[in-house]
Amino acid sequence: MKQPSPIFNGILAVFALSFGVLAVAPALQLGSLQPTVNEDTGDIYPIDVAGVQAQGRAVYVAQGCIACHTEQVRDESAGADLDRGWGVRRTVARDYIYETPVLLGTMRNGPDLANIGSRQPQPGEDPNKYSVAWHYKHLYDARLTSPGSIMPSYKFLFETKKIVGQEDANALKLTGADAPQPGYEIVPTAQARDLVGYLTTLDHSHPLAEAGPNITPPKTGGAK
Amino acid sequence: MPETLTMQKAATAPAMTDAEIEWIDRSLIDASVRTPVMFFFTTAQTWLLAATLIGFVCSIKLYWPTFLGDWSFLTFGRLWPAYTNILVYGWGLPAGIGTAIWMTARLCRVVLKSQWIPIISGIFWNIGVTVGVIAVLAGNMQPYELLEFPRAASVLLFIAYALIGAWGVVMYQNRRPGHVYISMWYFVGAFFWFPWLYASANVMVGSSHIHGVVHAAIAAWYAQGLLGYFFASVGLGAIYYLIPKVIGRPIHSYHLALLGFWSFELFWGLTGMVRYTGGPFPVWYSSLSIAALILVLIPVGTVGVNILMTMRKHTYMVYHSPTVRFTMYGTVAWIVGMLIMILGSVREMDPYTHFTQFSIGTFHLLVYAFFSMTMFGAMYYIVPRLVGCEWLSASFIRLHFWGAGYGIGFMILLLIVSGCVQGGCWNDPVSYPHATDVMDQIMPYLRGMSLAWIPLGIAHLLFFIHFIAMVLRLGQPSGEPTLFAPIEEGGEAH
Repeated sequence: MKQPSPIFNGILAVFALSFGVLAVAPALQLGSLQPTVNEDTGDIYPIDVAGVQAQGRAVYVAQGCIACHTEQVRDESAGADLDRGWGVRRTVARDYIYETPVLLGTMRNGPDLANIGSRQPQPGEDPNKYSVAWHYKHLYDARLTSPGSIMPSYKFLFETKKIVGQEDANALKLTGADAPQPGYEIVPTAQARDLVGYLTTLDHSHPLAEAGPNITPPKTGGAK
Repeated sequence: MPETLTMQKAATAPAMTDAEIEWIDRSLIDASVRTPVMFFFTTAQTWLLAATLIGFVCSIKLYWPTFLGDWSFLTFGRLWPAYTNILVYGWGLPAGIGTAIWMTARLCRVVLKSQWIPIISGIFWNIGVTVGVIAVLAGNMQPYELLEFPRAASVLLFIAYALIGAWGVVMYQNRRPGHVYISMWYFVGAFFWFPWLYASANVMVGSSHIHGVVHAAIAAWYAQGLLGYFFASVGLGAIYYLIPKVIGRPIHSYHLALLGFWSFELFWGLTGMVRYTGGPFPVWYSSLSIAALILVLIPVGTVGVNILMTMRKHTYMVYHSPTVRFTMYGTVAWIVGMLIMILGSVREMDPYTHFTQFSIGTFHLLVYAFFSMTMFGAMYYIVPRLVGCEWLSASFIRLHFWGAGYGIGFMILLLIVSGCVQGGCWNDPVSYPHATDVMDQIMPYLRGMSLAWIPLGIAHLLFFIHFIAMVLRLGQPSGEPTLFAPIEEGGEAH
């Protein structure tokens, strides 16, 4: 009647191979990585800041930032990430051991953010670039800080409210048509504060043996 | 039902010719799968319209970022995963499941028992997709491509597919004795693989025992596996079924077909890490995946040669049969898509293609130009056999083909070229220091993408109307297939 078919065995075998090599092997090889400890200085890296980042990371995920931004720096052979000033070294698996969910990303319609927290403005640029106030303005409407940007406006992460007593320290400094009515201010919601808090902690520049030596940040261009 | 069939056959056999028995046999099989298959097809078509609308809005947002930008649920970061998930889980999988169920029933010559299983599964599936899409729009999602749906939705999808898969395998086990046709191998594979792939990927990315980049590796393994173990399986299985049926000629070589099947399944499963070339992983992962992807040239060659050789001397059929025209488009798109994917993944090309619109181009090549076009072809073949009337209008079918074929072809061309431009600009920080400088360079392509959605939208709407007319039995009762042009030579055509 029914001849025993090699089909099931074969189907199971090819799939088990794929599962073993690309799902189980990384879990075994990379799943138990530990932070490095410098014997001389007692310096530990990476440090678990997951608790501090958790709220902001959740906002980053919920707004789908990953649709256009990566958080990984590749070495020279794979692209110009380092030349752009996106980092001082490539990122490696150990960098991410406390990052759950990990937000490596697969698309760059905008710059990489792996080191956005430690990035410095270049000569000639707005000296407040990458500051907390700059991030709020950038999120509110990216065109205010980066003309021509295609990043969505996250105005829904801000609220306009009546100034009661002193002005909020985080209130946006807007001029012209963007400014709120007199007596009102535009302030970031808790979500926006969490998100900017997360972005400003993003820093993968601590030296790591397996990532090779850190480079000196480029003097010209880059860092955009 | 099978008892009735046997009795009917026994009682009437002396008076009936073999052809008549064959015809009754087929009708009984078709009748037994009609409701579930039509349910999957109808829901798939409805989701396709939703995907068209959302995809169009996404394309506008890429050059007009404040368009519909005041609501969090319409922000690009949510709308984009909603689009890809609807295209894959709302349209793609149900269309493939419907096709695989029908072809499995025909190939195994089984009258389907327990119709309620696939129907329940279809209902679960669509509830799962709805819940998942609403959750994504509300911002409740996982940050992994095509695994965005939250736990509640993915559990529903898993249960639904596991029911279909188990039931498909049972159908296969109860097949009538005889040769197992190549399409069946692909379908059995798809029945088995998807639940395993989906469950293990969801469990592993959701697990707190695994952390860091391992989640990303598993997500890459899943996204790549889905393209090969579901879309390629069902798409190629359907092509192997439809082309020989319509042109009335067996496939060119059965051995080539088997070689193509096994070599593809073996090599494709190892290609996932091409998505992280240069990423924070030990280098052997991407080296292995690139090597495996280059070896995929073997199945691309064998499957391609096999189907094209089968079509040799029958290529005129693309001028007559809608099914052949759509499936041949799918076949060519599969070959081209694979070649472009392989070319884009080698280390010399990767800096120009990685993290760019190029990857969206290959995604659309495989999920739309290959798989969806093949599914359209399959539906043009299957639906008349289920509803008992023929498609209303050859002009509608012709417009559907031109709209979908040219629309997606144009869009993919823009995506592939703009991806290479984007990659080249990212790698030239001196000339294009700011992100805005890079994106400015591909702005014309991004605008063109919205234009490409217009013929696609018209095509999908026409097909939907045409399809609903068939569901309402408003088609032509003639019994003759609706062709683009009459065929002079003989042969069954559709």
